[in-house]
Amino acid sequence: MSSESSPVAESLGIVQEHTYTFGPPGEPIILENGRAFGPIDVRYETYGNLNAERSNAVLILHAFTGDAHAAGFHTAESKHPGWWNDMVGPGKPFDTNKYFVICSNVLGGCRGTTGPGSMDPETGKPFGLSFPVITIRDMVNVQKRLVDHLGIQRLLAVAGGSMGGMQALEWSVAYPEMVASSIVLASTARLTAQGIAFNAVGRNAIMSDPHFQSGNYYSDQMPAQGLSIARMVGHITYLSDESMGMKFGRKLQERAAYGFDFADQFQVESYLEYQGDKFVDRFDANSYIYLSKAMDYYDLGERYGGLDFAASRITGKVLVISFTSDWLYPPYQAKEVVFALMKAEKDVSYTELNSPYGHDSFLLETKRQGRLISSFLGSVYGHD
Amino acid sequence: MGMIDQQANPEHRVHISYERIIELVEAGSNVLDLGCGDGELLLRLMREKQVRGRGVDIEESMILQCISKGLSVFQGNLEEGLKDYPTGSYDYVILNHTLQMIHDPAMLIQEMVRVGRYAVVNFPNFAHILNRIQLAFGGRMPVNRNIPYEWYNTPNIHFCTRKDFVELCSTLKIDIVRSIDMTRRHTAPPFLHNWLATETCFVLTNTLRT
Repeated sequence: MSSESSPVAESLGIVQEHTYTFGPPGEPIILENGRAFGPIDVRYETYGNLNAERSNAVLILHAFTGDAHAAGFHTAESKHPGWWNDMVGPGKPFDTNKYFVICSNVLGGCRGTTGPGSMDPETGKPFGLSFPVITIRDMVNVQKRLVDHLGIQRLLAVAGGSMGGMQALEWSVAYPEMVASSIVLASTARLTAQGIAFNAVGRNAIMSDPHFQSGNYYSDQMPAQGLSIARMVGHITYLSDESMGMKFGRKLQERAAYGFDFADQFQVESYLEYQGDKFVDRFDANSYIYLSKAMDYYDLGERYGGLDFAASRITGKVLVISFTSDWLYPPYQAKEVVFALMKAEKDVSYTELNSPYGHDSFLLETKRQGRLISSFLGSVYGHD
Repeated sequence: MGMIDQQANPEHRVHISYERIIELVEAGSNVLDLGCGDGELLLRLMREKQVRGRGVDIEESMILQCISKGLSVFQGNLEEGLKDYPTGSYDYVILNHTLQMIHDPAMLIQEMVRVGRYAVVNFPNFAHILNRIQLAFGGRMPVNRNIPYEWYNTPNIHFCTRKDFVELCSTLKIDIVRSIDMTRRHTAPPFLHNWLATETCFVLTNTLRT
């Protein structure tokens, strides 16, 4: 597969960001909580070309802390490509020579789409905690407006991992007529109690930071300490015992032997600290609170009277992939979705990839996952 | 050492009975193929009998091949049974050349007739004359084109004979609706099945349910 050679040479090169704005004075969106909300900015990127039949569009749905920048580079100088650069590009599983790929930042995010850090037009100040509590369904409804705006009536595929997988499921249940296929990676129809618990710790860390100030910190100092701790906890849940063992073991960061003082730092500590610090520069603490809450609330079957009823609405093909070492979105949860689909006689395929990387596998096992996805997409594109 | 090569390419032996299985399946029915491998049988069933099909296999590489063919496939372990499959949810549940590799074949057969209106099972007949001769006169475990493995590398952990299987069905109160006995290329002559069939294919159903 061509994705094995240099990522820069094979990447999309420089990609553009776009913003689509809708809502008042036009039609606002009605949120799941019943409130009308808008205007809304949607930051998005597209890669590849829409074909004449408009039948090759693939919507990529990012995870918790992702953004619209899925692939390519923003500037010639930038060192970091988009978050799924190994999966999206010419000759890659989401092959931009064949497909028109769209990725947008979710509602409630902080990377260009309206979220708690955006200006409230009524007060002229950032929303903060006055931002409405949004759901996965609300994110999907916003994406639907974007897809309509782009003139696409039917998506060849909706695809995402983790929170992105929740959106993919929601898309295929909420708008079955618009979804020819969905690709659900390391995801679930509803988070476990354990998953909610870790999110709660993250939110608590942020809210108990003295700089949090009930979410009105934008003109002041960020609750960086709290957000950094939230990210550290998050990172633990994205890895696995095995991957941490392989990556860090019990090695010390700077010393060769224990000094029996608190300057001793194990490598894993240093890694978490680095991840926490890095995260604070690119993510808004309020968005962390809102998006984690949206994941906690998510329950695909709830509004349809159960998972079986929700599954029966789906008309497209579905590919579900889970990872053996993922304890945050464990395989048994993915299988619940698959069995509900099988009971409803839906066209669903499931694989459980044996991988040591925990929940992060869907970002790391790009080769094996990529082969499955490109085959799946190819079969859908050939038949739809 | 030719045996090792054959193991690397097991296709040569499983294709023999595809035609026979396809003949057995009613057009337009709903089929679950356990141990579906690369999905070739399912694909042919879909093309030739317009079935709605789903495969189950344990190997990632096989799942990939099925997905490339556009099939619905589930990566799962048959040793865990079919507990998540509702009773009577398929017309046919097929187990092609896999029974002898299962730890608890009796459990799986019972599960198959629960989930399917019919179960289609085929397996190599260990009582075939060639095997008997090799064991009786050679004093060694049979290795031949029908069972091309040495004892130490065989995936076949539960060999049985045609007769054994018929007896098990009677114990489990499972009806044999039909049986087809085969030699390597042809239907076996209608006598001495337990001596002459290299492979037998049974269509089963649950006595209690019908």
